[in-house]
Amino acid sequence: MSARRDPAGGGGTMKNCEYRQIEPQGLGTPNAAPPPPAGANDADTRAKRRRKWEVFPGKNRFYCDGRIMVARQSGVLPLTLGLIVLTSCLFFVFDCPFLVEHVTSCIPAIGGALFAFVIISLLQTSFRDPGILPRATADEAAYTEKQIDDSASSSYRPPPRTLEVIINQQVVKLKYCFTCKMFRPPRTSHCSLCDNCVERFDHHCPWVGNCVGKRNYRFFYAFIVSLSFLTAFIFGCVTTHLTLRSQGGKGLITAVQESPLIVCFFSVWSILGLSGFHTYLVASNLTTNEDIKGSWSGNSGVQNTVNPYSYNNIFANCCAVLCAPLPPSLIDRRGFLPTQESPPAAQPQVELPVFVGKSDLTVV
Amino acid sequence: ALPHLPALWSNTRKTHSLQDLRQQASIAAKVFVQRDYTTGTICQFQTKFPSELETRIDKQQFEETIRTLNNLYAEAEKLGGRSYLEGCLACVTAYTIFLCMETHYEKVLKKIAKYIQEQNDKIYAPRGLLLTDPIERGLRVVEITIFEDQSNGRIEGR
Repeated sequence: MSARRDPAGGGGTMKNCEYRQIEPQGLGTPNAAPPPPAGANDADTRAKRRRKWEVFPGKNRFYCDGRIMVARQSGVLPLTLGLIVLTSCLFFVFDCPFLVEHVTSCIPAIGGALFAFVIISLLQTSFRDPGILPRATADEAAYTEKQIDDSASSSYRPPPRTLEVIINQQVVKLKYCFTCKMFRPPRTSHCSLCDNCVERFDHHCPWVGNCVGKRNYRFFYAFIVSLSFLTAFIFGCVTTHLTLRSQGGKGLITAVQESPLIVCFFSVWSILGLSGFHTYLVASNLTTNEDIKGSWSGNSGVQNTVNPYSYNNIFANCCAVLCAPLPPSLIDRRGFLPTQESPPAAQPQVELPVFVGKSDLTVV
Repeated sequence: ALPHLPALWSNTRKTHSLQDLRQQASIAAKVFVQRDYTTGTICQFQTKFPSELETRIDKQQFEETIRTLNNLYAEAEKLGGRSYLEGCLACVTAYTIFLCMETHYEKVLKKIAKYIQEQNDKIYAPRGLLLTDPIERGLRVVEITIFEDQSNGRIEGR
């Protein structure tokens, strides 16, 4: 039924490979997965089936067999984790004993809860799919091209690749993404660092090592809010400790004990500022991207542009952004590629045409 | 008109793979029903009837299918008491609850997959059409594959 090929005979058929030229798969995406040689396909059918993350065209790295994903340059994430863990450890080791004795024993409990929440939110933000849109299949891209050509005027200049839609009585221009070969849905932007179109793209955060988009914005928000609480908490506790402590004490130990204070002092302002900014964004249902570009604040010179996605109610906006049902990942990274060498049309960079299977049946 | 197609379909039903069907019969064309963004970013598809399907299926049927899909997607993304409760519960457990529980959206996606399978079995496959679940295309399009009319020949041996 399915074209399960006899490896011995199939190898011979595959080596003819004329069928490769028939299908115009050379919409050609320049991406990571190199096309396997003809002989290797037999090895694939006999060996383990490959998962889709192995042929993912964006610049992401996958761990745990596709369960965890990060951007290619996740350089600063270890630093973020390291700073948080180190500062918190110093706090627990040096300040908690003193404060438990002199103030209250709730302090380590609160600190511990905040710390756990911060770390979990950070990991959720970093390792989740931010809302990546899979690239258009070859058929879909061809259909879209045809639509663009059909609607083009007869002038020689190529038409600008935008599509206008009306959302809540507001005109929104959708741009065509040349990498992903599709018109980007509203609020979607292409991240050049990750080479993916991300839905409701907020920004690419180097501290977190991932893009912040539709699927992980709430974790990012939870992370920065809880981090500002944690930083302020540690700052307060260490200050209390140092002021309450009777002996002055100089030397290395004191310096180490004071280091959380310094780290927190410098970071609390920026993190608080960031939390405040994102609280404003959440309340007005905006993304950082839109805010920076001034898409809805009338900077483009057009008359009253209002944000068409806002519910015009702070509570409703907050609920929509933070408590909406979590959409699923669209890239299905742990799904299997089919065993036939003609992979599904969802992977446009694969070279083998869909009809190979059928043609092989006639040859064999 | 298409004696072999339902037989093939019952075979593929065992493997639950729409792609097998695609590779057995020859494809005449593909139509992509685009998203409808007039109400915002929620997942809705246009109900405009594509001209390529005029000879295969009637407009009412097609619109009915799309409208039902739209309603199902709206249900998935609905902001209501239930979704808030789920959100709050998830937040309190630091989202670890999703390791053992399925989100509301995922539950509705399963319903949608079942509906599409059912529509394919009852309405589209007998007419030589195949609906692809939008989730396989990134919720961007409803891909409808139009198979060649095989009334004169066998599908297998072409």
